[in-house]
Amino acid sequence: MGYKIVLDTFEGPMDLLLHLIEKSKIDIYDIPINEITEQYLDYLSKMGEMDLEITSEFLLMAATLLEIKSKLLLPVTKNKDDVEQLEIEQADPRYDLVRSLVEYRKYKYASSKLRDFEEIQSKVYYKPKEDLSDFIDEDDDLIEMDLNKLITIFKKLMLKGKINDKTLKLNEIERDDYTLEECISIIKNKLKKNKILKFYELFNCDTNRNEIISIFLSLLELVKSKYIAIYQKKNFDEIFIKRLKEEGEEING
Amino acid sequence: MDKKEIKAIIESLLFIWGDPLSVSDISNILEMEEKEVKKILDDMIDEFEINRRGIRIIRIKNKYQLGTRPEHYQWISKLTEKKESKGLSNAALETLAIIAYKQPITKSEVEAIRGVRCDKAIDTLISKNLIRELGRLDKTGKPIIYGTTDEFLRYFGLKELEDLPKLDDLNSIVENMEE
Repeated sequence: MGYKIVLDTFEGPMDLLLHLIEKSKIDIYDIPINEITEQYLDYLSKMGEMDLEITSEFLLMAATLLEIKSKLLLPVTKNKDDVEQLEIEQADPRYDLVRSLVEYRKYKYASSKLRDFEEIQSKVYYKPKEDLSDFIDEDDDLIEMDLNKLITIFKKLMLKGKINDKTLKLNEIERDDYTLEECISIIKNKLKKNKILKFYELFNCDTNRNEIISIFLSLLELVKSKYIAIYQKKNFDEIFIKRLKEEGEEING
Repeated sequence: MDKKEIKAIIESLLFIWGDPLSVSDISNILEMEEKEVKKILDDMIDEFEINRRGIRIIRIKNKYQLGTRPEHYQWISKLTEKKESKGLSNAALETLAIIAYKQPITKSEVEAIRGVRCDKAIDTLISKNLIRELGRLDKTGKPIIYGTTDEFLRYFGLKELEDLPKLDDLNSIVENMEE
């Protein structure tokens, strides 16, 4: 095993490029592409020698640099009409690169500032919360519903006597299928009138099993498409359905 | 109830709760106007400062929390074996800086600025509760948009997002360094 030189590590091609520019004390707005490209490629080959993984991002940047270099080598054909139309970014092939380097540099310095803050804050201690569980019998926070809770409530609803009485008898032919689309649009219509609905308002005493299933599926569908949000203040409390999107906005299946 | 008593109660509430406690919670407990409670809390911050108490009251948006002073760390650390405090990686910090300044922002926008993939950094930041998903953008692929959390503010000792160092200032620092 050969011995290895420690090479500075960089967060990515931008980081490396910025490092090379700063090291050579070059004006970022006037990068000597030739020189920098050479240094950049040199570094990549060192990385290769050291069995460092050269990710595609580094290669992409190398290609970009070479492209700019070749563009700069080409004689600029000056057509009088064109010149006026040419904006700076088109005139100088380095423009895009410089712009993103300056942008990146901004955040790199911001992150070094954050690093200082982190250093200071890591020296602050907070007290853990006292154990208050003895005083609390119920969680009073607004809990966002999840699928499991909806299932539990569905079961509860199915067990409700009044609904059981109305369940389908086998061999009985029901009226037209209660489709999901219909059901969704019914719920949406209800929500257009009131922004917030109580869960049980969606069901009345003659709701049959098919309809209950459709309503549940519609609710799940509407939650998924972020048309509504479902909330419950505490366990076994009323469930609220709240409309999120503006009226008339289409949901995307 | 006199002001002194109210302050004492608030102090004990903050002590018990440990975590950041919101003004609205405190005003509910005290049955007082939020505005009034907020004024008292801000007074208390000053008083703790003036009296050089060992504990500070820290504000994070509209929440308040007790904490020690960073300058006392050298003494506190003597209480126990020194633990190696591990900060965020450079990649995570860079990603976080971009999200903090440009939120709401998608992953691909962050990647465009950094020039590298950020999946791992974003996962780390989410697991540390420094950023969160704000929703999805209504365009092809429905990309997730990210923003920072209140924990982010606390982690860096900021009261509000506005307390982030101004990028213009940073730029001029950079320019000066180069000169």
